[in-house]
Formats: sequence, structure tokens, C-alpha cells
Amino acid sequence: MALDDKKNGEFKVVGTRPNRPDGVDKVTGRARFGADVSAPGMLHAAIVRSPHAHAKILKIDTSRAMASKDVKAVVTRADFAEGLEGDDLNVLENVMAGEKALYDGHAVAAVAATSPLAARDAAKLIDVTYEILPHVTDVDKAMAKDAPVIREGAADKSVPPGLHPNVVRYHESGHGDVEEGFAQADLVIEDSFVTEAAHQGYIEPHACLAQLDADGKGEVWCCTQGHFNVQKICAKLVGTDASQIRVTASEIGGGFGGKTAVFIEPVALALSRKTNRPVKLVMSRAEVFRATGPTASTSMDIKIGMTSDGKITAGQGTFRLQGGAFPGAPMEFTAMCAFAPYNLENVFQVGYDVMSNRPKQAAYRAPGSPMAAFAVESVIDELCSQLGLDPIEVRLMNASKEGTKASYGPRFDRIGLVETLEAAKAHPHYSAPLAEGLGRGVSCGFWFNHGGETAVTLALSEDGTAALSVGTPDIGGSRASMCQMVAEELGIPYEKIRTTVADTATLGYNEVSHGSRVTYASGLAAINASRDAVEKLCGRAAAKWGIDPEAVYWDSGYAKPSGPNAGDFEPLALADITKNMGATGGPIVGHFEATPEGAGVSFATHIVDARVDKETGKTSVERYTVVQDAGKAIHPTYVEGQYQGGAAQGIGWALNEEYIYGEDGRLQNANFLDYRIPVASDLPMIDTVIVEVPNPGHPYGVRGVGETSICPPLAAIANAVSGAAGVRLKQLPMSPPRILEALDVQANG
Amino acid sequence: MQYHSPASFEDAVGIAASADGTTRFLAGGTDVLVQLRADVFTPDVLIDVKNIEGVKDIVCEDGGWRIGAAVSGAEMSENAELARQWPGLVEAMDLIGSTQVQGRATLVGNLCNGSPAADSVPAMFAADVSANITGPNGERRVAVSEIPVGPGKTSLEKGEVITALHIPQRGDNAADAYLRFIPRTEMDIAVVGCAVNLRLDGDTISEARVSLGAVAPKVLLVDEAAQAIIGTSLDENALNALAAAASAACNPINDKRGTIKFRTHVAGVLARRAAKIAYDRVRASK
Ligand SMILES: Cc1cc2nc3c(=O)[nH]c(=O)nc-3n(C[C@H](O)[C@H](O)[C@H](O)COP(=O)(O)OP(=O)(O)OC[C@H]3O[C@@H](n4cnc5c(N)ncnc54)[C@H](O)[C@@H]3O)c2cc1C
Repeated sequence: MALDDKKNGEFKVVGTRPNRPDGVDKVTGRARFGADVSAPGMLHAAIVRSPHAHAKILKIDTSRAMASKDVKAVVTRADFAEGLEGDDLNVLENVMAGEKALYDGHAVAAVAATSPLAARDAAKLIDVTYEILPHVTDVDKAMAKDAPVIREGAADKSVPPGLHPNVVRYHESGHGDVEEGFAQADLVIEDSFVTEAAHQGYIEPHACLAQLDADGKGEVWCCTQGHFNVQKICAKLVGTDASQIRVTASEIGGGFGGKTAVFIEPVALALSRKTNRPVKLVMSRAEVFRATGPTASTSMDIKIGMTSDGKITAGQGTFRLQGGAFPGAPMEFTAMCAFAPYNLENVFQVGYDVMSNRPKQAAYRAPGSPMAAFAVESVIDELCSQLGLDPIEVRLMNASKEGTKASYGPRFDRIGLVETLEAAKAHPHYSAPLAEGLGRGVSCGFWFNHGGETAVTLALSEDGTAALSVGTPDIGGSRASMCQMVAEELGIPYEKIRTTVADTATLGYNEVSHGSRVTYASGLAAINASRDAVEKLCGRAAAKWGIDPEAVYWDSGYAKPSGPNAGDFEPLALADITKNMGATGGPIVGHFEATPEGAGVSFATHIVDARVDKETGKTSVERYTVVQDAGKAIHPTYVEGQYQGGAAQGIGWALNEEYIYGEDGRLQNANFLDYRIPVASDLPMIDTVIVEVPNPGHPYGVRGVGETSICPPLAAIANAVSGAAGVRLKQLPMSPPRILEALDVQANG
Repeated sequence: MQYHSPASFEDAVGIAASADGTTRFLAGGTDVLVQLRADVFTPDVLIDVKNIEGVKDIVCEDGGWRIGAAVSGAEMSENAELARQWPGLVEAMDLIGSTQVQGRATLVGNLCNGSPAADSVPAMFAADVSANITGPNGERRVAVSEIPVGPGKTSLEKGEVITALHIPQRGDNAADAYLRFIPRTEMDIAVVGCAVNLRLDGDTISEARVSLGAVAPKVLLVDEAAQAIIGTSLDENALNALAAAASAACNPINDKRGTIKFRTHVAGVLARRAAKIAYDRVRASK
């Protein structure tokens, strides 16, 4: 190892790039996803969905469907638990409508039949009588005085009096005195921004296979980011004990937050209970778009003051988020993330959670943060250009550091924003001359990251290998990272470790794979479980040598006596100890169960070059560089993959992805033809720079990386496009018609 | 649903003419099967034309070309002489879908699916392609521009099937071009499409045909746009007149894919750009 590589000098496996253990299965098609399993006697289900944005359900007549011999059961709301409250009731309402259908695509009934086609046809024979109600799908309109009320009494106590009942939660945070701050500024810019809802766009539609017996025992196989959560919710919704339902997570074809929510598993269980047969339920792409969660859409007002040399004197933001027909739009995250990159004396932010007749929003990578960055970083960009200042220098001047009082309250621990800005400034991309017709945009982004309940088990085998069981579905190559961390601790080769995402009967509760928590929390747990196993291994060696366990230490796969005083014994390899473990005290298993709280926050800086065809309004992203703090990159390739994925999804959201509703409140573009995610040829090679400022809360310094990468793109691209077009774009997506419109307004008023 | 795979067009016509309910012919299936799977349209009778002799032919005939009813986009692109003579038509067909779709999709299917946004159709209009049609009342040959009548609708009678397409003789000093506007780089549907087919006499345009897609209920042949450039050497004035005529011919809708204003404007932009490409192609071939 080269001497200049000291940083990684202490690691042998961590920081290397071995092949992922699930890779061969995935490229050969052997991996089993949600829809890939079957059971003897299995039925197929289909869901009947409301074609109306808002309607009272007057009657559901199943007689025509039930007349077919292929149809075995129909379930409606009456087949689910009663008496649920709060969030549980909200989930049930979303899984199966009660008195009202609240959005186009809302489930109102489901049918189980002997084939997928029979189920699809039977669903058409279920006659639902609706009384259509007025609807609203736009966030600003949903807050307006005369807007139809989605649900009376849905607001919580945070909402100040006088607001429309569709405003269901309110948030306020900040410090200092913004008015005083604006008074100190040489330039104050105030502007409004709008973003449309974007879907996570995972390739694999939701799918499950479920069985529920009359005695309340159940089995579920499903594609999810969190099978323990599926277990908990299913038990409540069908009315059985959580421990009686065993859930196994399949391989997952993308989630990005959208598979932290539960949609179909309780429906399959209810149908299974009614038919006493296993039931398979697979969503179509149209159902995924209409009935699972896109992110919230937003309407935002930002005001920022700056001195002529670039110091931000105050920042203020108002964030209105529409999250569908249920409370939960992540407006507090939007508000809290908005100014987090900056060390501000005066900052104030307000958030509104607004209901409308759209599907319940679901988490999407750093929920709420990308939109905030779009609005705030656009205004900072405008300030920089009007004051003639360099956008990276201004951000460096104002950057949050260790000890900064964050815009959302606490003081930052060790953080790496400055390091990402310095690395961006030094990157050849930033100094490359900008060709004619191109614009260059820069943005910072922030995400909290998360720890969460975590439990793992590390079982050693007689042959000296190790099996790690985790409860966090692998959504980004985490099994590889887990194996690396265990290999690092045990001192055995990466290939000698297998990591399995174990079912809910095997481990204690694990929170879903969200909040960029897996490599941090399951990784921390895997390291600690390894250390637990090592302690036991050392104990066995000590017993064999007849010395104190404290006199034995573990070094690169061997138990060794700790010094001359401990005695002179030949080191024992891991396999030497496990070979006889049955006779020396029984199986050796390492454990760790906890709720780690030290997930370090993470920052990124992105640089984008974009070209705009001013005759057609079409944008092409020509160069893209992601610089992000990973704390410690366990598997750099998969860290880079997260960076690139965040940028790619951000490009889609910024340029073309949007939920388009018609006057009738129906979703117009529930397919990948018209919901335009980028295709491969739309993207440049996305360059990545991994900055490593260790997180003090993780043994190796890991910070989550999955979400921060989607925080800067909307803003960085908007800044590049605005530069190239010569007009500020304030609405996402910046689709060609919107860009031409903005150019037209600029030219002709 | 019934599935038939006749060995002759005569049999195909017989089945189609006597079919109960709705009929679809199955060429590449990239519209028919997709609509079936997506539960958009399920025909009662499906008639596969791919086992009929000659449907995969690309042959020179009467100085022009005969393209069989099941020739795929990939097969057209691989025919170097066809691509040399009719680069616009071949590139329009080649824009359709992905590599996988190219292995199946046909000109006839693109035409008969009846989409106003179909990519190869403006290029066929501009090239003055005609279709051989066989039906219960015998054979007829009509200009392709007479086949689409509205979204999803064609002028074919019950029982009629297209047996082949005819591309006219290319002749000298001529070339065509097709451009479409999509917000992405591929795998998208035309928001506007424009084909231009030109013949020059020296530097002067002596013949022109201009066709627009996705700006009206069916693909348009815009004679005013052609007239705007005939007799010119495609100078700035001619290009402006062309763009204005193209925009004026538009009768689009506001929908999820684009606004009326956007489509109308971009039709003019594409007409200019496609005309320039066709013009440069002729000059480069001299
Ligand atoms: C992923 C994907 C991407 C696509 N991208 C594009 C695109 O970019 N641009 C575009 O224009 N289209 C696109 N399409 C649509 C489709 O591929 C084209 O319209 C294609 O040319 C259809 O040809 P086909 O042979 O597959 O037609 P089929 O599906 O076999 O048939 C289509 C229609 O033609 C009729 N028909 C077929 N043969 C005959 C015949 N001999 N006589 C009379 N009627 C007949 C059928 O009855 C049917 O109505 C795409 C489709 C997919 C799935």
C-alpha cells in the first residue's frame, strides 16, 4: 500500500471494491423479486380502483363478479379491522377506502380469482355506485377559502386558527430576527417557486404473496423496504397478532422511499383469509403511478438578504406541501433542510402540510429536502449573479461548520460541507471554460440521516465462516458493505461471509431501510455483533490456554495472548476455535440490538453544465459532478452509485417528471411513456468525488449517502438552465413548454 | 379471442371479412400486443400476417421500392441502398422505440395504428408512398396520405389488408429528412414531427413535400409549406415563410405531451431544420 494512502491504512477490506454477493443472481435473472414466487393452490388478486378524484361510495355490488366460477372472493373495507385510530386508520383508509374515495386510483374493493386475467376481468364486474364530490389537486387551491374539504377534523393542534381544514399540520422554526437581518443586507431577493410531484419510479411494481389462516397465522412474501413494518401494519389492519405474521422480504427492484409504505399486503391477506388459499397480488405500472406515493408537490416563498461581499444576513422561507388525501407531507423536513447548509444569524421558516385529492405521498429520497434546496439555492444563485460573486465562494463564506447553530435548532457536530465545497472548487469541472450556449449551476444540499431500531445476528460456522442476518432489505448493495465490515472485524476473507436479509421471525424489530440508515445502523450493528463474537472467541481461546480472557486479543483473524505475561501460546485462527465450539461451550453467535442515535448529517455540492435549445426549450445536461461527504466509504463503488443515482433522479425531476392532473382530477400520465423519467441517453456520465469527513457516531465514520445525493440536483440544474436560457426558471419540471413560455414572457412581457 | 395465422392474403381477407366483432392484424405487434396487455383494447379476432409469403421483402421494383407488410425497422435500416436513397424515411422508422421494438415494428403497423404522432407516417407522406390494399372487393392502390382519417382510424374497409408499400423512384438531386421533437433523447412519442422531401434544380428547389405529425387529429401534408420553398434556394426568407406556413397549418390540442402554443411554434422550428437537412443532403450527394 502506498504511503500516501495512509487514510485507509488501517483498513484491509473496508474501502475496497469487491463484487456484490447478490450480483450474479441479478445479472443472470435468478434473483427472486416480489412477483417471482408461487404457492400451490394460489389465487390471483386484482384491485378495483376509484375512477373519481373525490366521491362518496354509495354501494358496492359484487354479484356479477361472484357469479363466475373462477372468482373465489371479494373484499371491501368491511373485511378489515375496525376501531383503528390515528396513523393506523390513515393507512387502512389508504389501503382500502371507507366511506369516500379520496383520489383517482384509490382502492375500493379487491377480488381473488384463479388466474390474473380472471381477476382483472372480475374487477370490472364489481359495480360501485359513487356520488361524485368536488375535488382539488393543487396545493395552493387546496388551501384557498372555497376549496372542498377532503376530511373534516384531520388537522392536529399545531395548525393556527383560521386556516382551511385541508391544512392539517403546521411547522415553524428558526432563530434570530430576520427583519433585522434583511435591514443589514445590501440586496434582498424575494421570490416564489413551485415543484410538481415526482414518483420514485422504481422498476419493480409492488408485489406480494400472502397467506392468512383462520387462526390468525400468516405468511407474507413481498417486495418492501421494511418487512418488520409490513408485519406490524398487516397485523393491525387484518386484526391479528404481529408475532403471528411472518414476513419475508424479496429482492427489491428499487424503492427510493416509496416501498417504506404498505399498500397491497393487507389486501392479499384479507383475500387469503376469506378463501383459505394463498393469494398473489401484483400491481400494474398504472396502479403504481395512481395509487402509490409520489413525493409531495410544493409552493414556496423565499426571501434572502446578502451583503455586497456575499454574507447572508437573513433567510426566510414558507413551504406549502401537498401530500395527497392524508396528513404527512414532509413540510417540516423541507423547512428544516432549507437553510441547513448555511451559518445564519437570522433564519425563519414555516411549513404547511396540505391535503388534496391525490394519492398519499410517500417518502422519496430525503423527503422534502430537494424542493427546499431548489427554492433557496435558486435565490442564492440570483443574489450571486446580481452581486457579481462566485457561487462557491459565497457558499464557502456562509457554510455551516462544526459548532454552527443549525437553521433547525441543534449545533452541528463534525460535518463536511466546507470540504465538499473546497473539493468542488478544486475540481477541473468548475474551472473548465464554459462553451457558448451552456450554463453552469452549483448547489449545496443537506440531509439529516437516521439511525433507528436495529437488530442483527452473526452466527459463526464450524468451518470458520460467518453468516450475518440483518433485518434491513438491501436497497443499494448493503450486503456487500456488511460483509466487508464483518470481514474487517473478524479478520476472515470477504468471501467467507454471507449476509442474509432475514425474515421477521428471525430477528428483533428493524426499522425500514430508510433515512440512509442501513450502512450506518446495520453496519454499526454488524461491527458490534462481530466484536461480540470476537469477545466470545477470545474467551474460548483463554479457556483453552487456561488464562484470563482479558489476556487474549484478536488480531487479523487470530486469538493471541496479549503479551509475554499472558504466556506463550500459538495463535488460534478463527476456524481453529469454531471447529470445536460445540464441545467448548456451544455455538458462537454475536448479537447487537439497539437504536443508534449517532447518524451523522451529510452535505453535498453539485456542479452542472446544461445547454438549452432556445427555439424548442429542450435542455440537455452536458456535464455533471457530484461531490459528497460519505464519512467513510465502505464500498466506494456503491457510494458512487448512490451519488450517480441521486443525480440521475434529480435530472428527471428537474426537467420532465411530473404528475399531470386533468380538470376531472384524474392522473393523465400513469405510464412511463408520459411520465418521463430520463433514459440512459439523456444522461452524461456523472462524475463523483467522495469526501470523507468521519462521522463520530459510527465506529468507522460512516454517514448515510443514499439521500443527500438528490438534494442539490433540482437547484443545481435550475441554476444551470437559468444561466443558459438567460431567464430564471421557478417552476419544476423545467419542461420544454415551460422554458419556451418563460423565454416568451421575458421577451414579450 | 381467436388467433389466426393465414398463409396468404386471400385467406387473411377471408377471415377478416367474415369476422365477428373487432379485428386486428398482427404485424410486429408493438401496438397491438401492448394495447392487449395494458387492457386498452382486446380484439375478438387477431390475424397474424407474418406467415404470408413475401411480407419480409424489400425489393427494387419499377425504379422504386416494394416494402413487405412485415418488414421491421431494423431490416430497413440495414438496407444500405434504401437508406442512401431515402434517409429521411429510414431515419423516421429507425426512431421508433428501442432496439427490441425495432426488431418487430413495421411501417404498415405504424400507419394503420392511426396515431397522429406516428413517426414514419409524415416521412411516408413526404415521400409520396402508396399502399397496395387487398380486400373482399379486390385490390386497390392508394396514396398513404389517404389512409389515416383520425386518431386510431383509417380509411381501410372491413376485410381490407395492406399487402405492401411502394416507395416511388428516387430520381436525381433529391433527398428527404425527418425530425421529431421529444423532451428526451429516445423512447418517447413525438410532440411534433416534420418530414421534408426535396428535389433541386441547381441550387433551386424544384419539388417539395412537407408533412407534419402530432399537430392535428391526423398527419398533415402541408402544401402551403411546400410552396413556400419551391423556387427558392432555401434562403432566410424562404425558411421564415416555411416556418410560418407550417405553424399556420397546425391544429393541435393541449395535452400532457405539449401545449397548443408549444406545438405550433415547434412545428415551424422543425420544418426549418428538416428542410435544411434535406437541402444539405441533396447538395452533399452531388
Ligand atoms: C416501447 C415502444 C416504443 C415505441 N416508440 C414509438 C415511436 O417512437 N414512434 C412511433 O411512431 N411509434 C412507436 N411505438 C409504436 C409502434 O411500435 C409503432 O406504431 C409500430 O410501427 C407498429 O408496428 P407493428 O408492426 O408492431 O404494428 P402492430 O402492432 O402489429 O399493428 C398495429 C396496427 O396496424 C394494423 N395492421 C398491421 N398490419 C396490417 C396490415 N398488413 N394491413 C392493415 N392493417 C394492419 C393492426 O391491425 C393494428 O391496428 C412504440 C411502441 C413501443 C412498444
